[in-house]
Amino acid sequence: MALNPAFVGRTFARPGTYLVGREKVREFASAIGDLNPASHDVAAARALGYADVVAPPTFAIVLALAASSAVVKDPELGLDYSRVVHGEQGFEYVRPVVAGDELSIITTIESVKQLAGNDLIATSGRITDATGAHVLTTRSLLVSRAPDEDPA
Amino acid sequence: MTAPLAVEVGTELPEQSFTVTRADLVRSAGASGDVNPVHWNQRVAQAGGLPDVIAHGMLTMALAGRVVSDWAGDPGRVLAYSVRFTRPVVVPDDGMGATVTVSAKVTAVDDGVAALSVTASFDGQTVLGRATARVRLG
Repeated sequence: MALNPAFVGRTFARPGTYLVGREKVREFASAIGDLNPASHDVAAARALGYADVVAPPTFAIVLALAASSAVVKDPELGLDYSRVVHGEQGFEYVRPVVAGDELSIITTIESVKQLAGNDLIATSGRITDATGAHVLTTRSLLVSRAPDEDPA
Repeated sequence: MTAPLAVEVGTELPEQSFTVTRADLVRSAGASGDVNPVHWNQRVAQAGGLPDVIAHGMLTMALAGRVVSDWAGDPGRVLAYSVRFTRPVVVPDDGMGATVTVSAKVTAVDDGVAALSVTASFDGQTVLGRATARVRLG
């Protein structure tokens, strides 16, 4: 099923803000086995010059995933979310995310295309802090596999 | 502050191996918010044509990223990190799980920033493509 090309260039602001919790940073770091003291111990983070514990580099997926999945599940886009796999992911930082950050995200649909029967949708997420300053940009490619493809 | 990193093109970062079990997938689902059942439900995974439950791509990406951030010392030194997910990491319910081996090396050094190429392998095949990172050295 071809995706609706009218969605390209559309932007979606996540309602409200995401407050980065100290325990969420610790939970995320622990879930990936990351024992870096800067992500667990406030004093260690402060010794590096940060206000609070520092999120691991892929932490922003928590925010980006929720924001982009809300967008790509719009039925008018035409994406079969039950067949979606993650194709690519990227993070480009202006500064690291730390506990206490109050973040906003605007998701943009960068492109939609069909390749070998698979539907591809590229999104970006621009994340800013409470002052409006740019913190990082996330980039995702989601692939909805063609119904007859054998993924094995 | 941590000490500046001394590197040159070709510097290899310490290789690490990570074991991924079903329990790790449960924790990863909770921490990331990705509760897609292909990461914890064998029936759903196999109905979708997969051999078994597979790891979250984001877990594989995060584990591979640890080779970079562990080396960097300060996770805030990681300026950029991106990957393509080329093959799934299949996680059997056998009490042992899957092992992902990750290496990385410096491909360029410019203006106090190192560019890195990251390689992640599972079952003898790479699972990430075009995996690159940029790390501030000072």
